[in-house]
Amino acid sequence: MIQPTRFSTWQTFGLVLMRLLIGWHFLYEGVTKLYSPSWTAKGYLMSATYMQSFFQWMAGDSMISIIDTLNIGALMVVGVCLIIGFKTRFASVIGIGLLLFYFLAHPPFPGFPQGVTEGSYWMINKNLIEAAALLVVFLFPTSTSFGLERLFAKKEIQSSTT
Amino acid sequence: MATDKNLFKGFSRRDILKGLAGIPVVGAVWAAGYNSTKKNKLEREYLLEKLNIKATPPPASGPMSGEPLRIGLIGFGIRGEQLMRSLGFATNEWLEEMAKSSAENPNDNRLADFKAQENLNVKLTAICDIFDVRAEKALRSFNAAGNTCKRYGSYLELINSGEVDAIIIATPDHWHAPMAKAAVEAGVHVYVEKPMTHTIQETYELRDSVRKNPGVVFAVGHQHRQTQSFLTAMDAIGKNTLGHVSLIMTTTNRNDDNGAWQYEIHPEASTSTIDWNAFLGTAPQIPFNAEHFFRWRKWWAYGSGLSGDLLTHDYDRINCILKMGIPKYITASGGIYTHRDGRNVPDVMHINMDFPEYSTGGSQAEGKEKGMTLVYSATLGNQFDRGTVLMGHDGTMELGNTLKIYADPRSTKYKDLIQEGRIDPKVPIYQYDPSANGVDAVTSATAKYFADKGLLWTYRDGKRVDSTFLHIREWLSCIRNGGDPSCGINEGFDEAITAHMGGLAYKIGRRIEWDAANEKIIALPGEDLDAILLDNSVGMAIVNA
Repeated sequence: MIQPTRFSTWQTFGLVLMRLLIGWHFLYEGVTKLYSPSWTAKGYLMSATYMQSFFQWMAGDSMISIIDTLNIGALMVVGVCLIIGFKTRFASVIGIGLLLFYFLAHPPFPGFPQGVTEGSYWMINKNLIEAAALLVVFLFPTSTSFGLERLFAKKEIQSSTT
Repeated sequence: MATDKNLFKGFSRRDILKGLAGIPVVGAVWAAGYNSTKKNKLEREYLLEKLNIKATPPPASGPMSGEPLRIGLIGFGIRGEQLMRSLGFATNEWLEEMAKSSAENPNDNRLADFKAQENLNVKLTAICDIFDVRAEKALRSFNAAGNTCKRYGSYLELINSGEVDAIIIATPDHWHAPMAKAAVEAGVHVYVEKPMTHTIQETYELRDSVRKNPGVVFAVGHQHRQTQSFLTAMDAIGKNTLGHVSLIMTTTNRNDDNGAWQYEIHPEASTSTIDWNAFLGTAPQIPFNAEHFFRWRKWWAYGSGLSGDLLTHDYDRINCILKMGIPKYITASGGIYTHRDGRNVPDVMHINMDFPEYSTGGSQAEGKEKGMTLVYSATLGNQFDRGTVLMGHDGTMELGNTLKIYADPRSTKYKDLIQEGRIDPKVPIYQYDPSANGVDAVTSATAKYFADKGLLWTYRDGKRVDSTFLHIREWLSCIRNGGDPSCGINEGFDEAITAHMGGLAYKIGRRIEWDAANEKIIALPGEDLDAILLDNSVGMAIVNA
């Protein structure tokens, strides 16, 4: 594990805030899907505009329920980990993976059909930006300052010194 | 800093706060997600329970067991080939083409769907087509796999051959009734394409024949009657979901050659390959004309234009749901605006059908609501999908292969629910998509048009089924197991009379009135309505101009 860098209070605050907001977003997406039994990623995958054969394979009858369950599970795990500050580096990697899947299925590349979006995008969209933000969360862990790992980290230090 | 006395020995209060502060956040987000989905779900359930619309398929038609039925086909053109595939007989050429197409496009399931189709236990014993190339094509493909198919030179020979129990008629419109009548009177079951007849007089005569021969099963080819969303729509209307429906809009929107009946002319067409006199029948006697033979839908002499060809679909769709019968009044307008190619049937047509006494039921004071107009608006010069809309005081229904119902913001019935915020008039209160789990490979704009009208396929248990197959199966089941086809002589009578009234209104330019008590279209003294309907000179001025 990378030695935690020493940040100023405000720098730490900023990084923790970003981690919490992303976690909040992931968890809420996961929970609403969990409690909406008719929700499925099938439409999103079937309408993929890039790497169609791969995404349509995921949307196939034999795969879709596994994909849906994995997606909900991963969204919630990433959300919970980021918020409570536990295994945030692991959660960041999973989160980046999910976001890249979402990004690649409907990338805002020039010449690709864009469907309905709430803004205007060229090459970059919010999925990619959120993935980049998660990369920052991965590179600058803050769970020992704010999160469950603060308690573990402290215990380790204490046990090694006594 | 003071050490905490409780569980977390050795941690400061600050450590504990910063270590565990995320947990209540998880709880809050989780609870918020749970509550909002739960609330939406309860609202949906509340509405669905209140509306109580049942998405039920029609009862499946009976078994296809017993001796194989012997079928004869008259007319092996575009529609004839489609009907034969629904019956289980595809040409070698089609099979080859589909095999190639599905190899190129894995989403193209047409060949797989055809092969998976249930065996209807029939033999195609006879065929009559007056164009040698088509008849020979049929004989090449259908004299195989234990099936013996014989060609007959005339429809009367085929009907009276003793080799057929039932016939399918897929000829130009002016031959529908004469052939159907001959078959019914010979005790042969009939499936005839729409429109049921070409003239008003034929409509009465055919109905008389069918009534006098109750042993004959007679069906008109309005296959959308098998469409599941229409049956669901029927249930929604029956439960007064829309309130009093005062206006219905149905449309045809096409913008391609095929949709405008500009079919291909076969290079081998000539007087030596086509029995031209057999084609003409009672139509004006003109010299051989290959365009008239292949593109007959463009002339009143053989076809019925938009009112007979396409209005009939839309009218019968609505008549299937509402059972409102023949309109009291019809007015029409239109012209030949996009395809000035010598045709004399209009390519833009707007027909208003008025039912002043009809009501779907209402939600306001008794007597306040009554009467309905059904608009059929068609163009062959633009394919913007205007859909079909049923507009009631309480709600609006968008009807296609899917179904959507919106509450009207000024509804009486939903007033309280809208005020309480439980219904948003912009969001459908009911939505039905039988294909929710399927994706269709639709090949062309015209195919999409037909699919949306329930004419290509429908769904049973979420699976796509060819609606013509279901319609033919229903007819065969009535022959084998008894019962009445969903589109029989009475439904066909309504459809044909309405189409002819539409054609007359367009040609005469006057409001045409139906005398329901005497079952007559009201004519002025000395007016021969059939002569006007068949009059081929209307529109000719444009060609000569």
